[in-house]
Amino acid sequence: MDIFKALKSYYWQDKGFLWGSVAGLAVATALGLVYPLLLKTLIDDMIIPGEFSGVLSLSLLAVGIIFVKAGFQFVHGFSGGRLGNRLAYRLRNGCYEKLQQLSFSYYDTARTGDLMSRLTADIEGIRNFIGFGFAQLLNTAFLLVFGFTMMFFIDWKLTLMTLTIIPLLGFVAIRFEQNIHPVFRSIRSAVGRLTVRVQENITGVRTVKSFAREPFEINKFVKENVDYRENHLQLAGVWAKYFPMIEFIANVSVAAMLLVGGWRVIDGSLSLGDLVALSGMLGLIVAPLWTLGFQINNYTQSKASGERLLELLNQPIAVKNTLNSLILDDDAVKGHIRFEDVSFRFVNRDDLPSALLGFNLDVPAGSVIGLLGGTGSGKSTAVGLMLRTYDVGEGSITLDGVDVRHIDLASLRSQTAIVFQESFLFSTTIKENISYGYPNATMEDIEEASRLAQADGFIRELPLGYETIVGERGMGLSGGQKQRIAIARALLAKPKILILDDATSALDMETEHEIQTAIRKVMQGRTVFIIAHRISTLRHGDEIVVLDRGHTIQRGTHDKLVRQPGLYRETYRIQYSDRPDDLDADIASSAVSGERRVTG
Amino acid sequence: MSRQFVYQDDELIAKPFNWKQIGRLFAFVQPYKKEFTRVVFVMTVFGMLSRLAIPFLMSMAIDRAIHPENGNSSVTLLVSLVGAMMAMYGLRWWAQKYTIQQTNQIGQKVIFDLRAALFRHIQSLSFRFFDKRPAGSVLVRVTNDVNSLQDMFTNGVINSAIDIVQLIGITIILLVLEPKLGLAIMITVPLMFLVSSALRKKIRMAWQVVRIKQSRINAHLNESIQGIRVTQAFAQEKENIHFFDNMNKSNIRSWNRASMLNQLFGPVLEVTSAVGTLILLLYGTYLIQTDVMTVGILVAFITYVGSFWEPITRLGNMYSQLLISMSSAERIFEFMDEKPAVPEKDDARKLPELQGNVRLENVTFGYESDRPALKGIDLDVKAGLSVALVGHTGSGKSTIVNLLCRFYDTVEGRVLLDGIDVRDVTIESLRSQIGIVLQDTFIFSGTIRDNIRYGRPGATDAEVEAAARSVRAHEFIAELPNGYDTEVEERGNALSVGQRQLLSFARALLANPRILVLDEATASIDTETELRIQEALSTLLQGRTSFIVAHRLSTIRHADCIVVLDHGQVVDQGNHEELMKRPGHYRNLVDAQYRFLSA
Repeated sequence: MDIFKALKSYYWQDKGFLWGSVAGLAVATALGLVYPLLLKTLIDDMIIPGEFSGVLSLSLLAVGIIFVKAGFQFVHGFSGGRLGNRLAYRLRNGCYEKLQQLSFSYYDTARTGDLMSRLTADIEGIRNFIGFGFAQLLNTAFLLVFGFTMMFFIDWKLTLMTLTIIPLLGFVAIRFEQNIHPVFRSIRSAVGRLTVRVQENITGVRTVKSFAREPFEINKFVKENVDYRENHLQLAGVWAKYFPMIEFIANVSVAAMLLVGGWRVIDGSLSLGDLVALSGMLGLIVAPLWTLGFQINNYTQSKASGERLLELLNQPIAVKNTLNSLILDDDAVKGHIRFEDVSFRFVNRDDLPSALLGFNLDVPAGSVIGLLGGTGSGKSTAVGLMLRTYDVGEGSITLDGVDVRHIDLASLRSQTAIVFQESFLFSTTIKENISYGYPNATMEDIEEASRLAQADGFIRELPLGYETIVGERGMGLSGGQKQRIAIARALLAKPKILILDDATSALDMETEHEIQTAIRKVMQGRTVFIIAHRISTLRHGDEIVVLDRGHTIQRGTHDKLVRQPGLYRETYRIQYSDRPDDLDADIASSAVSGERRVTG
Repeated sequence: MSRQFVYQDDELIAKPFNWKQIGRLFAFVQPYKKEFTRVVFVMTVFGMLSRLAIPFLMSMAIDRAIHPENGNSSVTLLVSLVGAMMAMYGLRWWAQKYTIQQTNQIGQKVIFDLRAALFRHIQSLSFRFFDKRPAGSVLVRVTNDVNSLQDMFTNGVINSAIDIVQLIGITIILLVLEPKLGLAIMITVPLMFLVSSALRKKIRMAWQVVRIKQSRINAHLNESIQGIRVTQAFAQEKENIHFFDNMNKSNIRSWNRASMLNQLFGPVLEVTSAVGTLILLLYGTYLIQTDVMTVGILVAFITYVGSFWEPITRLGNMYSQLLISMSSAERIFEFMDEKPAVPEKDDARKLPELQGNVRLENVTFGYESDRPALKGIDLDVKAGLSVALVGHTGSGKSTIVNLLCRFYDTVEGRVLLDGIDVRDVTIESLRSQIGIVLQDTFIFSGTIRDNIRYGRPGATDAEVEAAARSVRAHEFIAELPNGYDTEVEERGNALSVGQRQLLSFARALLANPRILVLDEATASIDTETELRIQEALSTLLQGRTSFIVAHRLSTIRHADCIVVLDHGQVVDQGNHEELMKRPGHYRNLVDAQYRFLSA
């Protein structure tokens, strides 16, 4: 019950509906108990003594009661439905907001499918229980108390005898709950595995087909499919064991009542009408006991769902605003970035060494910084820390002298624009995708940004142009086209700081060059970070930083780095090795220009 | 703002029954016909019998043992009647247990078969099928759509069969016990049918609206989770929350309507059944009054009538559920009816071990019929040579590779390997001799070792490691906490794009193909690593035919032959030195690289 207490804020404001649901069901059930009483009257007071004059009014009364009962039943259904729906609405909004706030570090390990099932299946589980299950459980309890009380007044001895089944039923019900819980858990994970298997197969279909491994994939799938089936059969097994047993126990009580009660009618110590009424009432009490299995099920499942939802809702947010976060003044931001002794290590990833160690960099507003380095060297981490995708472990990063940790997140990020290595497009029009960070952009702005990103041309060639809807992960567009749309999106925002995280890898050199020229023009006076593997992409940087396993191993301009032995020069040689003469000439000429710069 | 995200909706299905779909679905039950009949038999004979007999025994106990007309009540008779009741309850216990087990056995097997058949079929489909569908929509068919049939097959079909039998049984009993009263009560059945089917149609439509809104929410959730980094980087959380709130609101509105209608159903039915109760009480008492009927029979009638409405209601629900299942079945069969765009010939033979000669003869191809991607390509590659394909985005480089592996079939012309048309051989024997490394590497969940071994399951650990070493993947793998046994997840866990690509290199090399294809495989690898890979490749490429699609000249220049493509046509061909001697696309491309360098 702790779980439902913890979730109280999501449904308690609708407690009117909650009581409506409970009361509606209780009254409807109570009225249901009146029906056997009417039958008793019919038999004992009318049929047996032969007094048939009251039959019509009694029958009409019965019909009236059915009408009122149906009304209350509707009150229960309506209130329960509203209660559950409102709860689902609030919970889903709450979870979604949480998802929007959780930091990158959370998503590094989270799985889409798992989060999805929390926001769908788990919310469904809670909706049902709070809306209906809770009222039904209460009702079963009411019914027992109410029914047995009434039976008690008719004949207490017979009632006491029947009561003995309650502890027995309780015991079986608890055993049932204990047995079914683990099965549900393993079903959930079997379903999860099956989904993952299929999802993986479909997203990796090109790889599967190119290795002609379909039979292998089918085998893998069949294994999970068998697992799924076996788990469900195990569930059916538990169900088959307990469900008929609960019903049997309840039935035995009816038979016992008939035996003992019948005996006493023959004895003369009980009237026939009383026996019929008692049997009818017992039948009414016993009927919901049959569904006890379902109710326990429902409760257990929704408890597990609640746990999973609370886990998400209580997830700490790694990067968040402080109480007095600074909101930047758009016009005043210059874009001067400073990394001071920055170190960073991924939390929960003790197996990985530090991603960045003692990183220092001073980037005056308006400069272009190039970052070069192998896989895992810390380039992406460094720019990410600036956007506070993570918070630095040690040291600090300042924007115009203010520690980024003191700046309001949204405000900080609205000054910056980043193009990720893997371009992500939302399923909407190209136009909406480009104006994603800046919903008020005019069509002119959008076209201008596209032209700068060399995307305008191919967009116009599409049948619907800017109105073309691009699907999941930008279906139907090539890698290069997606990258160009992502770049246009970043440029549209006219950010003070632009970050290109290996964002041009899928473009041919000519296109990339055009984009770079355009960026240099529009980003005049603004700060640009470029992460790339191609020297041609980096060489115009005001400063180029070469990283290796989190350490800065070289820094300087192209002209300087190309004359130093080291990773930069090595890369340069590899990329331009087909023209060794030009290469040396270039180094020589840059040496000259370098000296000129020194003297001039 | 309304177009912030756009999701396609399924259509509302208003048409009722599709007997053809039902027939196809029931073909899956066919193999379990025997078991099925047995369950229906057991539940009908034992389960129903016990259920129907109990009220009868009860009325016997009242009329004959406790309160007989003649006044001779009998304890012995009462004990034996209650004993018979207990026996019936016991029988019922067993019958129910058996039914639950068996219905689930059958249902789960049917679902298993259906899902396996669907998955198998999807595996046989070609790239064209996957090109036009987001992964999510395929996934939903195999999981949700099949699952939604589960309930129908486990409980639905069998319970309906049982319900029908029960209904017939009760009708007969009512008519036999007291024909007049029985007939009188039957009058309410058409009334109930009319009321419920009118309401049910409304309910069904309302739930369909709910499902459509729900799938829209699912689509958005999926997307917003996957694109969360972009959202946060552009500080669009508030906008997303606002969008979602609207979506959620409209979803709840549809829920409210559907659940309200749904909750109306029970009470409305009960009110309708009140007519039956009225008849029962008034007419029943009249019959007793006129000595046509006994009190015991009235009591039995009350019980039977109670369990008369139940199967009617359930059958109605079942019908609604069947209609909903139909839409799932329809979507499943839509996939089953897809034919592979690259079919294997009936007399396809196994491709013999290849030398590696590749020939394209006047090949024309287009992904869409009106836009050709390749126009009359001729290409002849001798075994063991390396070919670099160069050209702008959309010039047709990757298309050539796709045709070579027969991911698509040519529209005109032929692709020949060692003189054999790729359409004449089995797909498995063709693709197992071609190794391909794609631009976006796919990592399967499992260990690193399993991932490398993907192309050749029989490879030993030593061979796996050797392959990893030759592509320089060993270094980073050795640094992982569990080395080759490190578990990686769907999205490659913490592996970088470059590392993932190294893995797929190892994977391709281990498969030891005769023809190796690198499709922009090195775009995201840093130059130093690429250089190392190239060292390894130059030895490994020996004796193999290879195709390399790349933008970087450093990757291209050592190829034996460079094929320059432009708008689907070969515009130049030759090795680096030859091509550099004459003015043309290639020299422009190379020069451009230097121009940008010194610009």
